[in-house]
Amino acid sequence: MKPVISLSPHVHGGDSVQKNMYGVCIALIPALVASLYFFGLGAAIVLATSVAACVCFEWAITRFILGRKQLTICDGSAILTGLLLGFNLPSNLPIWIILIGALVAIGVGKMTFGGLGTNPFNPALVGRVFLLISFPVQMTTWPVSGQMGYVDVETGATPLFLMKEAIKSGDASILSQLPSSLDMLIGQTGGSLGEVSALCLLIGCIFMLCRRIITWHIPVSILATVWLLAGLFHLIDPSYADPTQVILSGGLMLGACFMATDYVTSPMTAKGQLIYGVAIGVLTVLIRDFGSYPEGMSFAILIMNGFTPLINTYVKPKRFGEVKK
Amino acid sequence: MNKQDTKVTSVPSPHGGSWRGATFHIGGVHPAENKLSAASPIRVAAIPKQAVFSMFQHIGAPAVPVVKMGDEVKVGTLLGEAGKGLSVPVFSSVSGKVNKVDAVLDSSGTRRMAVVVDVEGDEWEESIDRSDTLVTMKDLGNITAEEVVNRIKAAGIVGMGGATFPTGVKLMPPPGTKAEAIIVNAVECEPYLTADHRLMLEKPEQILVGIQLIKHAVNCPKAYIGIEMNKPDAIKLLTDLLKEKAAQYPGIEVVPLKVKYPQGGEKQLIDAVIGRQVPAPPALPINVGAIVQNVGTVYAIYEAVTKRKPLIERIITVTGKSVKNPSNFLARIGTPMQQLIDEAGGLPEDTGKIIGGGPMMGRALMSLEVPVTKGSSGLLLMTEKESRRGEVSPCIRCAKCVSACPMGLEPYLLASYTRLKNWDGCEKNDVTSCIECGSCAFTCPSNRPLLDNIRVAKQTVMGIIKARHMESITKK
Repeated sequence: MKPVISLSPHVHGGDSVQKNMYGVCIALIPALVASLYFFGLGAAIVLATSVAACVCFEWAITRFILGRKQLTICDGSAILTGLLLGFNLPSNLPIWIILIGALVAIGVGKMTFGGLGTNPFNPALVGRVFLLISFPVQMTTWPVSGQMGYVDVETGATPLFLMKEAIKSGDASILSQLPSSLDMLIGQTGGSLGEVSALCLLIGCIFMLCRRIITWHIPVSILATVWLLAGLFHLIDPSYADPTQVILSGGLMLGACFMATDYVTSPMTAKGQLIYGVAIGVLTVLIRDFGSYPEGMSFAILIMNGFTPLINTYVKPKRFGEVKK
Repeated sequence: MNKQDTKVTSVPSPHGGSWRGATFHIGGVHPAENKLSAASPIRVAAIPKQAVFSMFQHIGAPAVPVVKMGDEVKVGTLLGEAGKGLSVPVFSSVSGKVNKVDAVLDSSGTRRMAVVVDVEGDEWEESIDRSDTLVTMKDLGNITAEEVVNRIKAAGIVGMGGATFPTGVKLMPPPGTKAEAIIVNAVECEPYLTADHRLMLEKPEQILVGIQLIKHAVNCPKAYIGIEMNKPDAIKLLTDLLKEKAAQYPGIEVVPLKVKYPQGGEKQLIDAVIGRQVPAPPALPINVGAIVQNVGTVYAIYEAVTKRKPLIERIITVTGKSVKNPSNFLARIGTPMQQLIDEAGGLPEDTGKIIGGGPMMGRALMSLEVPVTKGSSGLLLMTEKESRRGEVSPCIRCAKCVSACPMGLEPYLLASYTRLKNWDGCEKNDVTSCIECGSCAFTCPSNRPLLDNIRVAKQTVMGIIKARHMESITKK
């Protein structure tokens, strides 16, 4: 026998990239079920297209453009990008637009930078924002929830649209048209197919926390910041919506729990993650209330993705035995 | 995600109620404990036919051989005297004839100076008290602190947890420092190892006397025994003993600790037990008033001072998932590992890796001819399947290494700087503080060889710092 010689440690904790990526996919299942319940066939078609397209594009790019023999589609990250991109789209979006979104997400957002681990921006959000800017009409008309079809569905105003209208006109009575907080928690409202059910997203988030896939720092700091800042605006001027409804509306929960917590594009230290979360929260409220778009979550996350290297450079963990100077 | 075998979250306290356990404050991981040999009592290993005594069994300058081929030696005969500077002497653990004084393959994987003795009989030096009777402080009379330290030095004692730092040096605090707390390291946080655990169960009172001797040597009123709560029997035994004989052993306290790796690290243990953090090198534990001694070392101190017995044997765990009888041996130093494996049921067929020490910080051995040394706390035989590392994938920047690092470093950053040969960056990010515990590589989902990389950086940066220092001296 020739014994193996290697340096310590000689044991490994058993964690793997796959476990983490598929863990997040599992955490998305409650919200996925909710999206099928509220948007039926439309949700199924959009999600299936998005996931399949992301995986195919990643395979094709690694195989034919990068010429790598070792394929990475099994690590779960392409599936996750596909799921998250789909979650951020209206359930009646034409397939060809979804394909463009997937190509931009995987091709530009991820593979251009070298694939998993090296992309500076969240690929799913790159894809979504590209579509939002390129196809503003299709990307901002959302089907009313409770319809099972894919084409010719009735569209309507989303809570975010109403909130924006109230601020623009200064008329707080518009806010009375908002669905109840309970409906918004469960998902009985219009919006992108995966973001409507805050409750299901929260269940997924708790699952990820328990499995130690993510830590509490990013979701909690985002949600707390948004709640406090929106609450402050609401106190000053009642035409700004109630902070609890602000948290339950739009892509906030999806963004805080699943998009901002993306490993690759978020800071490495707990302190850095808190700074990042607070900044995302502030930017989201500012864009929602004072920008030209009703939703600011995607932009806020992408902007802070850009700041992540800077945060990593200047925010260091507390060293053992560090003496305060 | 991290598996844990035993989950003892509290133990009964002698003051009523229960202890929840202290722990260190930054990072840490939970490797599977696998304490397979915890229930097997210490067995005396057979005396080998030939024993090998390396002159490199400790940190510092090697010992210098004082015997030559053909010399007759007894158990306890000096084989090598302490070298210049930081060093300790080496004694024979067997009686017989010196076969050769030559370079021999040892646990470092290289050939280094050693004395090889062919064993004949078992004759001991007359100065050694071989009886088993307990000698207390009272029996020692008015022994001076200086005498205690001298006997420890003369016995060639080193840190027996694996670090092998000369103990006598540790017990002479530099001027301007004062020992405020003796901390006995009975954590044994390495998976598989049970030598310290068994020692506490079988020689509790000897350990208490040993602690008193250390307290006396450095004139420190307070001592703590830090034990992880996966050893509730040892915690109970020592607590009860201290309660029963409170007058005889004053100022000693058992501190139960939460199970977390690397709690047995000197700095982590001080943080856990007295809540003080030793600053970055060159600061030493004594700068925060602490002296840490492994429980095995404490027992060796007891034997050296009360029985005049040099460090010639130690307890070693021989274990592994395929090992027939995972055991704890009292083995003579110099015994070939092969012999211990034979006594534990033979080398399993599926052995893939042989580790001297535990799985987190131990060293892979090249051959079983390697002898037991002063620092050999365990011998772990890993199966072929366990021996291979998983496939490496790209860093996904999950930050798990950052939260696992007990020194508050950023392993991912140090590793990538190493690959870029950015030594300045490594130095600025405190690579020299790394204690090489392996928590980062253990926790990495991408199986990246983080510690392998960081070790390269640490060596290089330490070399650069040394060179810079030499340069500044020559300029002056």
